Amino acid sequence: MGEIMTRSIIRTALGAAAIATALGGIAAPAFAQRDPAYAAARAAGQVGEKMDGYLGIVGVETAELRRVVNDINIKRRAVYAERAQANNATLEEYALTAGCQAILATTPGEKYQAPDGTWQTRTSAAPLRDSRCP
Amino acid sequence: MIRAYLTDPSPLATSELMQVSGAKMGRRLLAIAAVPLALGGCITVEAPTEPIVIELNVNIRQEVIYRLAEDAGNTIEENADIF
Repeated sequence: MGEIMTRSIIRTALGAAAIATALGGIAAPAFAQRDPAYAAARAAGQVGEKMDGYLGIVGVETAELRRVVNDINIKRRAVYAERAQANNATLEEYALTAGCQAILATTPGEKYQAPDGTWQTRTSAAPLRDSRCP
Repeated sequence: MIRAYLTDPSPLATSELMQVSGAKMGRRLLAIAAVPLALGGCITVEAPTEPIVIELNVNIRQEVIYRLAEDAGNTIEENADIF
C-alpha cells in the first residue's frame, strides 16, 4: 500500500514537471520581456538603436547605463553570430540588417541613430535609415 | 602673380566655320582636363589630427541585406527581451 502510494506520488510529480516544462518551453519566447532597467532607459531616451544593430547610450554615460547596454549587446551579438552562420553571412552583415529592422521597429519617442550618426527621436513618420535598408 | 590662360578664350560660335570646329574644341577641353591630374602629384596632404573612424562596413551590399531581412525580422520578434 505504502509502495503504491509512493509510486503514485512520484508519477504525479513527474507528470506535473513534464507539463510545466512543456508549458514553459512554449510560453517563454512569447512572454519574454525587456529587463525593467532596459525598458526604463529605452523609454527615457537614454539608450537608442544604432545602425550597426547594437544598442548605444544617447546622453551622458553612467555605470548603470553601460552595464545595461553591454548586457544587451553581448546577448545580441551571440544571437547575430548564430543566425549569421545559419544564413551563411558574416556577423557584421547580419547585425547591420538587424539594425535596419530594429530601427524600423522603434516606437515614437524612442531614440535611433540616423545615417549621419546623429541621434534622432522616432516620430510617427518613417525613420531615417541607411540607403541599403530594405 | 601673373594670370596666364592655358588656352585662348574662344569667341562665341556665331559663324558656321567656328561651329564646325567643335571636334577641335573637344580635344582642347580634354587637354585642360588632364592638367589637374598632372598637378595632383604636387599636392601635399596633411595627416588628420584625429583618428579616422569608419562607423560601418561600406562593403556590405544591399542584396545581402535584402536576403537576410526576413530572418533578422524574425530574430528580433523571437528575442523581444533583448531588442
